[in-house]
Amino acid sequence: MVKNRVKKKKVSNQKIKKTARAKSANKRNDDIGEELRLKMWRYQLEVRHVEQRAHDLFFQNLIKGTSHLALGQEAIAAGCAASMREDDYSFCTYRGHAHTLVRGASMEGVLGELMGKQCGMLGGKGGSMHLTDVEKGAMGSYAIIGAHLPIAAGAAWSAQYRKSGQVAFCFFGDGTTNIGAFHEAINFAAIWKLPVIFVCENNLYMEYTPISEVTAVEHPAADRASAYGLEPIIVDGNDADEVFRVASKATEKARAGAGPSLIEAKTYRHSGHSRADPATYRPKGELEKWLKRDPIKLYRVRLEEFGTSDDVISSIEEEVMSEVDKATEVAKQSPAPSESSLLTQVWADGGSEWRN
Amino acid sequence: MAELTYREAVADGIAQEMERDPNVVFLGEDIGKAGGVFKATVGLYDQFGPDRVRDTPISEQAILGAAMGAAMTGLKPIAEIMFSDFLAVCWDIVANQIAKSRYMTDGQVNVPLVIRTANGGGARFGAQHSQSVENWSMMIPGLKVVAPSTPRDVKGLLAAAVRDPDPVMFFEQKSLYPVKGEIPDGECIEELGKAKVVREGSDVTIVALAAMVPRAVEAADRLKTEANISVGVIDLRSLVPLDTQTIFKEVEKTSRLITVEENPRLCGWGAEVSSIVSEELFWNLDMPIVRVTTPHIPLPSADELEDIAIPSVEKIFQTVLRSVD
Repeated sequence: MVKNRVKKKKVSNQKIKKTARAKSANKRNDDIGEELRLKMWRYQLEVRHVEQRAHDLFFQNLIKGTSHLALGQEAIAAGCAASMREDDYSFCTYRGHAHTLVRGASMEGVLGELMGKQCGMLGGKGGSMHLTDVEKGAMGSYAIIGAHLPIAAGAAWSAQYRKSGQVAFCFFGDGTTNIGAFHEAINFAAIWKLPVIFVCENNLYMEYTPISEVTAVEHPAADRASAYGLEPIIVDGNDADEVFRVASKATEKARAGAGPSLIEAKTYRHSGHSRADPATYRPKGELEKWLKRDPIKLYRVRLEEFGTSDDVISSIEEEVMSEVDKATEVAKQSPAPSESSLLTQVWADGGSEWRN
Repeated sequence: MAELTYREAVADGIAQEMERDPNVVFLGEDIGKAGGVFKATVGLYDQFGPDRVRDTPISEQAILGAAMGAAMTGLKPIAEIMFSDFLAVCWDIVANQIAKSRYMTDGQVNVPLVIRTANGGGARFGAQHSQSVENWSMMIPGLKVVAPSTPRDVKGLLAAAVRDPDPVMFFEQKSLYPVKGEIPDGECIEELGKAKVVREGSDVTIVALAAMVPRAVEAADRLKTEANISVGVIDLRSLVPLDTQTIFKEVEKTSRLITVEENPRLCGWGAEVSSIVSEELFWNLDMPIVRVTTPHIPLPSADELEDIAIPSVEKIFQTVLRSVD
């Protein structure tokens, strides 16, 4: 185990050096451009501030149940979303506020759903773990580990069959790599050459237990890729630009009919697994180390490096915060779902009758 | 009018729907080139090609997950789970994902698909390849559940299931695969959620499903000739939606109800039928409702044991005789 940790550190040091080299190269040749970068900046801020608000609303007892925040992991959702076409599909997990928001879902729809209000995007029937906005291509948040990998493969199959050129993104955590559906889905996608991009967000913990303690290989997704004939891809998940680059390459490959990709994005969640978890199992200093690599902090520096003015950078943040405030107020004012909605939408006819 | 076996009616029904709608696709293990382990899908691969009739690995979660993802995005998949017992390895996809997604998303997600599976005993396959599991599906909100007893219903109900906008569990009874029956020429489609009175009777009403229907009919014939008891038989055909009105209409005539179920006793579909009739038609009844089921055991493999486990014509005959006495 100790050996593994040392090895992992080495890899991440190399990665950081590589990123530093890439940075200076990018100064000379900006392959991303300001417009796209500001888009990713906005995406990351939207996720960060909506989730921080969700965190605050919990402590005001305005959000019930549970919720799984992705604070610290925003760059992955942002970088991938920036590489998508509007009609592409995305599938995510119960830690899915980020992936839903970056597709353009409304903040009041998200916050309202978390608060169990009528304005919630699912009318209060789904909650935090099932955020979905089909019109925006956000095809659902799935709360059973692994289930959505084959489902995403199915959406990709449909795109392939219809020759629509769409791709399906599928986001999941490191813990998912140890469940059967992960292996079934990736093999299935590989043999049918499906246009699906599997993105493993490796935040080092499967819920409360370090992923390294329960996984036979060092890189839980990338080290499995070769078993399905796929290239192992590891990316710095805290760098939206890096994520964008690998995601773009994967979407190009998928649209060209060359099949799926499996990307492992290394990242870290700043909070515990869920609302109930204070994350006391983390070694001292680990969080602090990762906070220095906070994707939002890194990206502000990136924008400055490429000459975006502080005014522009800050005004986007102010705009986003005021949108979050507005959405919070709308959600707070929204009534509870009507009782009459309880027995609707089991069936496609809108009802729930099972007998005559 | 053509005479087809129950197994031929499966391929005939799928072909009818694939010809009608290019968005109908079919996937499963050994269903294409091999024509299915029960030979129920012979010819489809040759007729429709590998893009629409797709052989899969032994990956039930991937099969049903892929069917769901495809259904959510515009296709109308038919997925085969080779034996209904195997539903246990992909039950998350059925019970948590396919069944619940429409409700959880307040109607945003549509899952119009059909899961076909070979169900039931009689083939000496033992406890993991012989179960009648239609009641597993019946208890999950969001699934429609169909189990045909004749070749005509296989084709007609399969067509209805494919055209239905909701997920349908389609249970084919494997002991019925060789049974022959007439199928009308031209398009064949039935309505989901309609039971069928297959024998009129004035003394007792039997409600049965799938393989229990021909057994109930045979018992009814014997009861008429040997004991002069007039027994009506209802083929339920669909558990969800459940056609309670047809049951009520018949029980109002006979005042006696017996259910014949292949599933093991506890929480079998007959318990729900019995509960509904007790609540809503109690004052019309002349005797307690009786359930004939497989005992609450895993199914044994030896022919002598399996035959006494699953309700037989003799057992139905004796139960009716004893009950109306």
